[in-house]
Amino acid sequence: MNIIVCVKRVPETSEAEIAIDKSGKSIRAEDLVFDINEWDNYAVEEAVRIKESQGGTITVVTLGPPESQDTLRRSLAMGADEAVHLSDPALFDGDPYATARALHAALKDKPFDLLLTGVQAGDDGYGQVGPILGELFHVPHATMVTKLTVEDKKARVHRELEGGMEEVVSLDLPAVLAIQTGINEPRYVSIMGIRKAKSKSLRELTCTDISLAPEDCGPAGSLIEMKGLFLPPTGKAAEIFKGSPDDVSIKVIDIVKEKGGL
Amino acid sequence: MSGIWVLIEHRRGEIREISYEMLGKGRMVSEKLNQELSAVILSSDAKAYVDKVKKYAPKILTIEDKQLENYNALTYQAVLSALATEKAPSLILMGHTSYGMDLAPRVSAGLKWPLASDCIDVEVVDGTIEAVRRMYSDKVNARIGFRGAKNSLVTVRPGSFPAEIEAAYDGEVVSAPSPLTAEIQARKFIEFLEAAAGEVDITRADILVSVGRGIGDAENIPLAEALAQALGATLSCSRPVVDKKWLPKERQVGTSGKTVKPKVYIALGISGAFQHVAGMKNSGTIIAVNKDPKAPIFTVAQYGIVDDLLKVLPALTEKAKALRA
Repeated sequence: MNIIVCVKRVPETSEAEIAIDKSGKSIRAEDLVFDINEWDNYAVEEAVRIKESQGGTITVVTLGPPESQDTLRRSLAMGADEAVHLSDPALFDGDPYATARALHAALKDKPFDLLLTGVQAGDDGYGQVGPILGELFHVPHATMVTKLTVEDKKARVHRELEGGMEEVVSLDLPAVLAIQTGINEPRYVSIMGIRKAKSKSLRELTCTDISLAPEDCGPAGSLIEMKGLFLPPTGKAAEIFKGSPDDVSIKVIDIVKEKGGL
Repeated sequence: MSGIWVLIEHRRGEIREISYEMLGKGRMVSEKLNQELSAVILSSDAKAYVDKVKKYAPKILTIEDKQLENYNALTYQAVLSALATEKAPSLILMGHTSYGMDLAPRVSAGLKWPLASDCIDVEVVDGTIEAVRRMYSDKVNARIGFRGAKNSLVTVRPGSFPAEIEAAYDGEVVSAPSPLTAEIQARKFIEFLEAAAGEVDITRADILVSVGRGIGDAENIPLAEALAQALGATLSCSRPVVDKKWLPKERQVGTSGKTVKPKVYIALGISGAFQHVAGMKNSGTIIAVNKDPKAPIFTVAQYGIVDDLLKVLPALTEKAKALRA
């Protein structure tokens, strides 16, 4: 079973303060903590589990700045065998279509049984790269995958629907699957593990290496254009209680008593 | 060629609410652009669906094929792409749902029509369609353009527009033959799986104490449990807590979990991702505790505490116990 996993290094934004940068099209990254995209971490773990039970090789691939190699090294430490880094700045800032096209160009001569992505990335959240890769490789795809079993040249997956419901779908291999969080419990990665993985192969590729013309790269090769970021209008906001934990707790419990009918 | 299309989403014979949300917005866009609004129904038997959406759009485009009974990315892509190529609508709206997220990017790449996904608004600026979407944990909005393309796709985040819409059309039904000639085998729908019934039904609770990622660790869950117990409340949670297996799926509030409407909802360390908010926004009173004052949860809560959850939680439990003693 040969598996490719696409991973991305993203900033943690759910608990951080976010400010728009001078370009107006991106956020200030200086004070943010970056790590592997949460969805991708589950995808790497899923690949490693399949390899452990059925054998094969895992290739991890990313597109991004030099620091993205941290994400590749981390994935190698989890159990991937080799890594590919699309490091050419001409490829940056593209939309999901341009990104998927670069990934396809880099991987098109590499036979695979499964190509895994995360459902979406925690930063821009488009959720498009997986299904677009299915189209570019002319293979079936499925997103929102919460369970995966592989047998007899087929993948049987559970797809998450709304309201706690799921659907079971069968796909011929090779296939592209976009993995949902919670599908497994990703293993812990130690600093020592990352250090050990340094001996594994990591190749850097440019636009020329993947034979992609400049007009097909980055913003030029994109179908959509990010025109600018702006802060959401602040609507009604909660009344915030101030004071010590004891003081604010008294106020909250009073409200619970009144509104909750205690 | 022109037109604004809304792809009607259905499952097991029922039209999904997102379809009505899109029909309302689609009508506004169609009026601004002076283009016709069409509801597009891909199914094995369109009649029941046509009856339901007829009044919301002046035109209904249907394609029937037994392979369209249940959603399948490959059959839906083949049919929708063929119809779109022939009629060339300016815009196709689809839900940013499990189905739309699966289908739209593939259709976009196949047709090379731009796709703005997970959008909260669609606007017409100087006669051109633009979309607005959220990024970075919903803390920033982005305006998306289509680079002059004549045809475009948008997936709409559920709950962005009202589902209760007024309209009095008597849509003209136009049926097209299915372009599918052979059975598509590469991806097959097998079956639906219902949510497993759990021990606790969080939808019946008057008070919910709900924990999110901010609880930090599995070993802190008992702190929230203690508060719930002191209040006679039920413990629920947001998705990351279930993903990490700290609480079972039956406790999850949100789009992929349960929709709840308690008298009081106490959100502890929940940032307020839209998938979560969609499941609890109709609670009677919402109280949020979060260390980030800009967390989106404070825009749906009526009351809030901005502090470290682990400092506040023991105090809350102590005051709750004192009250009930």
